[in-house]
Amino acid sequence: MTDQTCDEKLDLRGVLCPLNFVQTKLKLEEMEDGQILEVVLDDGDPIRNVPRSVKEEGHKIVGVERREDSTYKILIRKLGS
Amino acid sequence: MSESAQETKIEGLKAELGKEARRAKLNFNELKSGGFIKQTQKDLFTVRLRCPAGLVTSEKLRKAAEIADRYGRGEVHLTVRQSVEVPWVNYRDFDAIVEELRAIGWSVASCGPRARVPTACAGCSYNPNGLVDTQGMCLEVDRRYFGTPTGLHKFKVSFSGCPIDCFRTREMDLGFQGVVEPELVEDICNGCELCVRNCEDGALQMVDGLPVRDPDKCIGCGDCVKICPVDAMVMARKGWLVRVGGKHGKHPLYAYEVANLTPDEGVFALMEKTLEWYRENGKGRERIGAVIARVGVAKYVDEVVKPLGLAAIERAEDRRKYRAGGNFHD
Ligand code: SF4
Ligand code: SF4
Ligand code: SF4
Repeated sequence: MTDQTCDEKLDLRGVLCPLNFVQTKLKLEEMEDGQILEVVLDDGDPIRNVPRSVKEEGHKIVGVERREDSTYKILIRKLGS
Repeated sequence: MSESAQETKIEGLKAELGKEARRAKLNFNELKSGGFIKQTQKDLFTVRLRCPAGLVTSEKLRKAAEIADRYGRGEVHLTVRQSVEVPWVNYRDFDAIVEELRAIGWSVASCGPRARVPTACAGCSYNPNGLVDTQGMCLEVDRRYFGTPTGLHKFKVSFSGCPIDCFRTREMDLGFQGVVEPELVEDICNGCELCVRNCEDGALQMVDGLPVRDPDKCIGCGDCVKICPVDAMVMARKGWLVRVGGKHGKHPLYAYEVANLTPDEGVFALMEKTLEWYRENGKGRERIGAVIARVGVAKYVDEVVKPLGLAAIERAEDRRKYRAGGNFHD
C-alpha cells in the first residue's frame, strides 16, 4: 500500500498542532479530487490529531506507515469538498 | 367628596388590595417552585433563569439583558451550572418578570428540594470528542422532569459527551456520560497500530498483527475509532455510563458507576425510578449519595438498575477502572 504513488508531499516533522493540520488542509485545497498527498508526521500529538482531523474533513487515509525514526508517513486521498 | 365618589374610591381600593393579594399569592407560588434566591440585601433577590444544557437563544439572551436593565442593575451572573442569573431584583417585580419570560416561552429555574435544571456539554453536536447527543437528551430530561419535588433535597443531573467528562458526572446525584464499545472489523484492518498507540488506557495490544481490546481496561472513549484511518475500528454500541450519588458541597461524594452502555430510553427510566427510590429510601435532608452511603450501592443497583433490565455494574472491581487518583477514602 505504501508503494502507492503520491501527487504531492509535505514533510511536517517538527511542525506543531494545529499548524501541521492547517498546512495539510491548505495543501489539499490546492489539489484535485482523487489525488494523493503524502505527509510525514511526528509521533505523539501530531499522529493523534492530524489523521483524525483529515478524516473529519471528509478525506480518506489510504496508507499509514511507521518509519525507522518513529515518525509516520500517511497517504491522504483528497475527496470532494 | 360625594358619597358615591367615596364609594367608588373604596371599591377601587378594594380592587387594588385584591390585586395585591393575588399578586402576593402568585409570588408565593413562583417562589415555591424556586428560581428566586434571597440576597443578603433586604427585599432583593437573584432571579435564576432556566437554561437546560446551557443553551440560550439570542432572543432569550436579549430578554435576560432587558430584565437586568429594567429590574436589576444591568448585569447578569453566569452560574457554574450554566444558568443566567439576574441579581438585584426587588421581589415586587417577580410578577412582571415571570410575565415577560412567559411571553417568549421562557421561565425561571428550579431550586430547593427538587430536580434541578440539567446541564450538558455540546456532546456530538459539535465537540470533536463527543460520542452522544448530550444536548438533545438534556433538553428532553428537563422537559419531562423539570422541578420534580423530591421531598428531601436537591437533585442534580448532568450529561457529558465522552469520558473526558467535562460536565463532572461524578459529582452529580445522577450523571450520564457518553461511552462506546469499539469493535474491530478484521478484514479491513491494515495493522498500522495507530489505535494501539492512541489508546491512553493501554486497553489495546497487537496480537498477531491485529489490535485486541481488554474490556477490563477500556473506558469507552472511542479514540481508537476516531483515529483509525480505514474505519476498521467501529462503534459496535453507544450509550451512557450512569453514575449515581455524587455531590459537591461541604462534604463531597464521588458517584458510583452503576450501569454501562445504557440506551437513551434507559435514561428516562432511570430518572423516574431513581427519583422514586430516593423518595422512598431517603430521610430528612439526605442527598441520594448519603442514602446510598447508608444503605449500600447494591440496594440501589438491585432495586433500580436491574429491574429496568439495564447493564448493571455490580462489582467494585468493575468500577475501579473509572477511578482517578487523589484524596478519596474508599
Ligand atoms: S465531555 Fe467530552 S464531548 Fe463533552 S465537552 Fe468534554 S471533551 Fe467534549
Ligand atoms: S475506546 Fe478508548 S479506552 Fe477503549 S480501546 Fe478504544 S481508545 Fe482504548
Ligand atoms: S488503527 Fe485501524 S487499521 Fe490501524 S491497527 Fe487499528 S484498527 Fe487496524
